[in-house]
Amino acid sequence: MEPLKNIESLAYFSPEILLVVFAAAVIIADLLIKNRESELVAYISLVGLGCSLVAILITNSLINSNEPIPLFFGMIRLDGFAVFFKILLLLATAATILFSLRSEELDARLKGEYYALLLAVTFGMFLMASSTNLLMIFISLETVSLTSYILAGFLTHSPRSSEAAFKYITYGAVASGTMLFGLSMIFGMAGTGDLSQISSQIASVLASGGVSTLSVLIAITFILAGIGYKIASVPFHMWSPDVYEGAPIPITAFLSVASKAAGFALFLRFFHVGFGKPEILQSIDWGFILAIVSALTMTVGNLAALPQRNVKRLLAYSSIAHGGYLLMGAVLLTPEGLGAIFFYLIVYLFMNLGAFYVVVLIANEAGTEMIDGYRGLATRAPLVAGAMAIFLFSLTGIPPLAGFFGKWVLFYAVIGEGLYWLAFIGLLNSVVSLYYYARIVKAMYFETSEDTNGLSFSTGTFALLSVFAIPTIFIGLLNIFYTFSDKITLQ
Amino acid sequence: MLLSLMIFVPLLGMIVVLLLPRESEELIKRATLAFTLVPLVLAVVLFVSYDRSSAGTQYFVNVPWIDAFNINYHIGIDGLSVTLLLLTALLGPICVLASWRNIEKGLKAYMALFLLLETGMLGFFAALDLFLFFVFFELTLLPMYFLIGVWGGPRREYAAIKFFLYTLFGSVLMLVAMIAVYLNSNVINGVAEGVRTFDIPTLITLAGTTGHALADSTFQMWVFLGFFIGFAVKVPIFPFHTWLPDAHVEAPTAISVILAGVLLKMGTYGIVRINMAMFPEGLAIFTNGVGFWGNSLALLGFINIVYGSFCALAQTDFKKLVAYSSIGHMGFVILGLAAGNSAGINGAILQMFNHGVISAMLFLLVGVLYDRAHHREINGFGGIATKMPVYTGITTLAFMASLGLPGLSGFVGEALSLLGAFQEFELITILSTIGIVVGAAYFLWTLQRVFLGQLNPKYEDLPEINKREILTLVPLGILTIVLGIWPNFALDMFSESVTNLVNVLDAI
Repeated sequence: MEPLKNIESLAYFSPEILLVVFAAAVIIADLLIKNRESELVAYISLVGLGCSLVAILITNSLINSNEPIPLFFGMIRLDGFAVFFKILLLLATAATILFSLRSEELDARLKGEYYALLLAVTFGMFLMASSTNLLMIFISLETVSLTSYILAGFLTHSPRSSEAAFKYITYGAVASGTMLFGLSMIFGMAGTGDLSQISSQIASVLASGGVSTLSVLIAITFILAGIGYKIASVPFHMWSPDVYEGAPIPITAFLSVASKAAGFALFLRFFHVGFGKPEILQSIDWGFILAIVSALTMTVGNLAALPQRNVKRLLAYSSIAHGGYLLMGAVLLTPEGLGAIFFYLIVYLFMNLGAFYVVVLIANEAGTEMIDGYRGLATRAPLVAGAMAIFLFSLTGIPPLAGFFGKWVLFYAVIGEGLYWLAFIGLLNSVVSLYYYARIVKAMYFETSEDTNGLSFSTGTFALLSVFAIPTIFIGLLNIFYTFSDKITLQ
Repeated sequence: MLLSLMIFVPLLGMIVVLLLPRESEELIKRATLAFTLVPLVLAVVLFVSYDRSSAGTQYFVNVPWIDAFNINYHIGIDGLSVTLLLLTALLGPICVLASWRNIEKGLKAYMALFLLLETGMLGFFAALDLFLFFVFFELTLLPMYFLIGVWGGPRREYAAIKFFLYTLFGSVLMLVAMIAVYLNSNVINGVAEGVRTFDIPTLITLAGTTGHALADSTFQMWVFLGFFIGFAVKVPIFPFHTWLPDAHVEAPTAISVILAGVLLKMGTYGIVRINMAMFPEGLAIFTNGVGFWGNSLALLGFINIVYGSFCALAQTDFKKLVAYSSIGHMGFVILGLAAGNSAGINGAILQMFNHGVISAMLFLLVGVLYDRAHHREINGFGGIATKMPVYTGITTLAFMASLGLPGLSGFVGEALSLLGAFQEFELITILSTIGIVVGAAYFLWTLQRVFLGQLNPKYEDLPEINKREILTLVPLGILTIVLGIWPNFALDMFSESVTNLVNVLDAI
């Protein structure tokens, strides 16, 4: 299909436009509202997300027969892949807003800015999921990064939060600088920024001897630094524990799910579309390099999580490990691997957000993020403890919870390609992860606290908790979740 | 339908129990009892109505579950599984009764978890789809972890996580082997065609087809190892056994009963159902292959028997003694299975059932004493036969059955296992009988130290075993006597299936 021109593209771009409109609406509403306790801006944001969701579904119906629609002269593309990630990111943002409503950490005076930034970062992530041009890739990544820096440092009274933002900026600046350099090298070699043409262009210059394979290798490695930073893969993961620990809990949840998912969207599209044809880089075994990165990421994440006493930090390391599991699906760029990543991201969205929601609740009620604060939770708040146990065991991958089925599809994809060693490392990592997840369960169920007063939560809290817990139990058991991804292809 | 009902009635029971108010403890207990009695009735119906002359699976249900991986909800029973289903269903209500008075906190959660555990166990023994089999296998982990960790003894946290980590490690290897089997299930002569499958009966047929990827002996050896280690942790087979004494000592009585009575059998059942039936070539490498590895399975059985028995001899904690004696007695199962002939396998399966009954009795008896004295130190008792004559009588029966007195059930299974094993590995079998001698020694010595001699003045007022406790022990006691005199009652159930299995093994 011919790329659409700017004006023609706008209709297909309506989900993103709606987000920007509502971000502006939030800022204006914030100026007009005098009552600082009012939660109106949060609800405006939620309405914005709802409108955007409807728009996504409408645009999705415009994509016929898997034919992607290139927009804005081919800068971005509307296809099933982008739609999937947009819905996923939107759900994560909606959950984050609901968490923020209940969070007591956030400064009431800065609500308008906070929700406006959340919508803006979602907008950036939408672009990350649909960019097909090197320039657009960089711009979308930067949009997300810059807004995330501010959100991570949003607790103005907390030095930890400021430190988190500062670290995030420092690492982020280096990573995106490196990536930009890599992108410029690729642009120089291919003479085009269009992902779909890069592979053939580079193949021809390689064939004519115009450039060496080494320079392509260096360029892609630099680009990987930028993407690896976004998905927190080893060795670009250093920032994430400190940032996750310092940032407000809803933002930590958001970064660990949405930011990672957007990073994966970018990563998958870049490699599948840009370098999907193996003949381009025959001399370099990308699959092997990615497999090593994946194995290291999950191992480092899990081992570092073992000694943690702060639940937020523990979940930060655990989410590094989950990034490693997800990378397994990306190793060989197979359709099975791609489907496995989609499935795992859905499962991960529910179980990880659910776990972070419990962290929000406990931080509010018990005033602590340490594991010791979870002692005796089984008697003080049985339903919350039960839900947390479900999330944690699902993160470990114990059947019949969804996390097991998520891991199952990933390991299946990896073993299907003969990478037994990688599957084996992944599975051993699951066993290791049981130890630290079970430490929280142990505190909740096997230990008692001096404070035995029951904690009371509102009905809305339980409703939201079950929104995460019920899918965490049932997603893996239902047939439909395994088949939807067959329809999503990357061209 | 009957079978599905049996598996999921406890799960339904769990939901019902969770909905009951926390305060109405009597109601919760009665409801749980009712929900465990239903599977028992159904198990008896299945056991009686099972067609003994046919070795095929009966009462099967096969409906699609996850199409993307051709996973089906396929369940059914043969003689082996119906025997173990009966054992599981029988121990269900017994364990509920054994938990009637001694669960001091969180009764509702305890009963709910117990019912979930029962669904996992029943489903495991009925599953005929490899994936379903694995899911049910793992489904027992979570409830068990909580049951040990919340309601256990002083070192319960350590015991619970150790149990969980060991078993999960084993399952991980099983999972890799399982995926490998699935991926190769449609490869014939190096060409992949048709759909892949998890269906156990189909896989068994394919593994016996010449030229099929599953029939390749190197492949079989590796997947055999993967599954075997997974099950070996559960049995437990030396050197993967160290979680068992910890788990047993810390677990509450009823959970010890389930652990020894059913969970250990899940390991040996898996070895028969998957390792032996599906990978006979792999089995051959570890049983009658050439060189050291050729005897490795029998050697493991031998080590279990002798090591378990000597460890039991050294224990002064009553429960730990029974736990180690379990390790020893499971060794006979391994030895019988390693023999791979009719007597050996029949004996091993019979021993699985008998050990389930006898060890359940032993753990119940230890629990009865512990509830009264609040300790289990063997040397801390003495002469209590005068105060608890009925209890002493039942304990003596259980001890005699366990040490293999002819006329009681323990003897038949062990004798058949040894008989089968002797035809294949003479020396190992002869050496294994040391275990029987040591077994007699520690049981008789315990009998002497706890029940005979001068009455310890501390226990002047020790109350006799009560009616509820007797009710839990009587059915098991009857079974040990009946099966001791009339072993064909159980042997008839699975001898046809065993004959089929032996034919497959002999063909290698």
